[in-house]
Amino acid sequence: METPADPAALKPAVSCIKTDSAGKPYLEGHKCSACGEVFMETRRGCPKCFAVGTLSPVKLSDKGKLYNWTVVYRNFPGVPVPFVSAIVDLEGGGTLKGNLIEVEPDPAKLKFDMPVKVVFGDAGRTDKAGNHYLAYFFAPEAA
Amino acid sequence: MSDVYVVGTDMIKFGRFPDRKVEDIGAEAALLALADAGLTIGDMQAVYSGNLGQAGAGVGQRILRQIGQTGVPVVNVANACATGATAFREGWMAIKAGVYDMVLAVGCEQMGKGLLGGAGGGDGISTEGLLGSGTMPSVFAHVGLEHARSYGTTFEQFAKVSVKNHHHSTLNPKAMYQIETPLEEVMGAEMISYPNTKLMCSVNVDGSAAAVLCSEKKARELGLLGRAVRVRASALASDPYTQHNLAAMDFNAVTKLAAKTAYEMAGLGPDEVDLIELHDCFATAEIVHYENLGLCGPGGAGRMIDTGETNLGGRIPVNVSGGLLSKGHPLGATGIANIYEITTHLRGEAGKRQVEGARIGLTHVVGAGSACAVHILEKV
Repeated sequence: METPADPAALKPAVSCIKTDSAGKPYLEGHKCSACGEVFMETRRGCPKCFAVGTLSPVKLSDKGKLYNWTVVYRNFPGVPVPFVSAIVDLEGGGTLKGNLIEVEPDPAKLKFDMPVKVVFGDAGRTDKAGNHYLAYFFAPEAA
Repeated sequence: MSDVYVVGTDMIKFGRFPDRKVEDIGAEAALLALADAGLTIGDMQAVYSGNLGQAGAGVGQRILRQIGQTGVPVVNVANACATGATAFREGWMAIKAGVYDMVLAVGCEQMGKGLLGGAGGGDGISTEGLLGSGTMPSVFAHVGLEHARSYGTTFEQFAKVSVKNHHHSTLNPKAMYQIETPLEEVMGAEMISYPNTKLMCSVNVDGSAAAVLCSEKKARELGLLGRAVRVRASALASDPYTQHNLAAMDFNAVTKLAAKTAYEMAGLGPDEVDLIELHDCFATAEIVHYENLGLCGPGGAGRMIDTGETNLGGRIPVNVSGGLLSKGHPLGATGIANIYEITTHLRGEAGKRQVEGARIGLTHVVGAGSACAVHILEKV
């Protein structure tokens, strides 16, 4: 997955995708200053320790480990299958679901805790107005 | 506080009824449950109606238009796949609180075929299949593989759940299907989301179930205790925070929480339970709930399915109705259909699938999002 020439020109597919001042995309999480837990998306209170108003944005690592996966063979019409649905734990906090690409979608090829990196690319689907979107993906990290 | 009893309950044979109205499907079970108790809708002081697909469309009131507009309070309940059990629990609470002596809980659902769920939409495009998968087969594939991650559980072990529950359903005339599915057929069926094949996914069906709940005083007064079943515990939980539950729905912590509450309320442990109807929406789910409900220690579930401990005739039979996998899963009805199944065994009226000598039974449902309801019932 090649990062698009100008990712900042694409709309983020989800709100946790941000671009830095150099135009480079990254994932943003929110960290609770009371308990230290990192979440995707902001909230009024901390879901873990219930403190209110303690979350602040934090730039997440682009490296992580494959916590869990499944190979999806049947999906809604128009969604290309098979693909790997992955749950990834990022280094330093943040857990999210995404597609694992650049790997054969074969249960025998997928290993729990295999190192992965976060990559960004065109979502490959547009809204009704024809706008393109920037999505995140996971890809195996060379050991 | 009064003990609460189930004094009448029934379900319709689950199936596909595209030409019927959902309130007609619900009304049928309501009348069957009332007849089972020897009562009428005029005896009910409140109605708790569970339906998910038309939540907000007054299904409870529409059922009363079919069987009698008595003017009693109607509470329409929606709580994902725990909808029916939550409606039952609302009725239980009202009697516990002393507000009513006799209420009707009814759950009904009319469903289409095909996939449920799907990841939430992004700002402008669907994220399903882009940012992983949120379909129910995928969500519960993740549930199963998280167990495999910890304990090495195999595709074959998950598949054996489906073999067992389809076998059980051959003994249940009210199940959607009564068809044996040998292991090679289950494992060889179309793969939907690894390791769940098509035969390891529950059946989307239309259906309904109902129960009449009654206070001890009223049941005694009306002479209804003979076939009554006591509700020993009713517990409901939402998902407590876990590291992964915001990315992958959690059904483990929520079930452990509801189960702990229910066992404490009933004053008993899993060893004293004679049969269980648990939420096998996918074959992978049944395995994890053996442990969540305390039927075995951590990592013991694979051995339980391998040794047949949860078969009819085994140490602790699970889903002898055929379960959601083969009896079917009409979302709003499922929780009350489980109550019907357990009650039928405790009454000794379950025919060929009867768990002999059953005195204590447990029902369990989870709902995506997440919710978990556990009820423990006891033969009187």
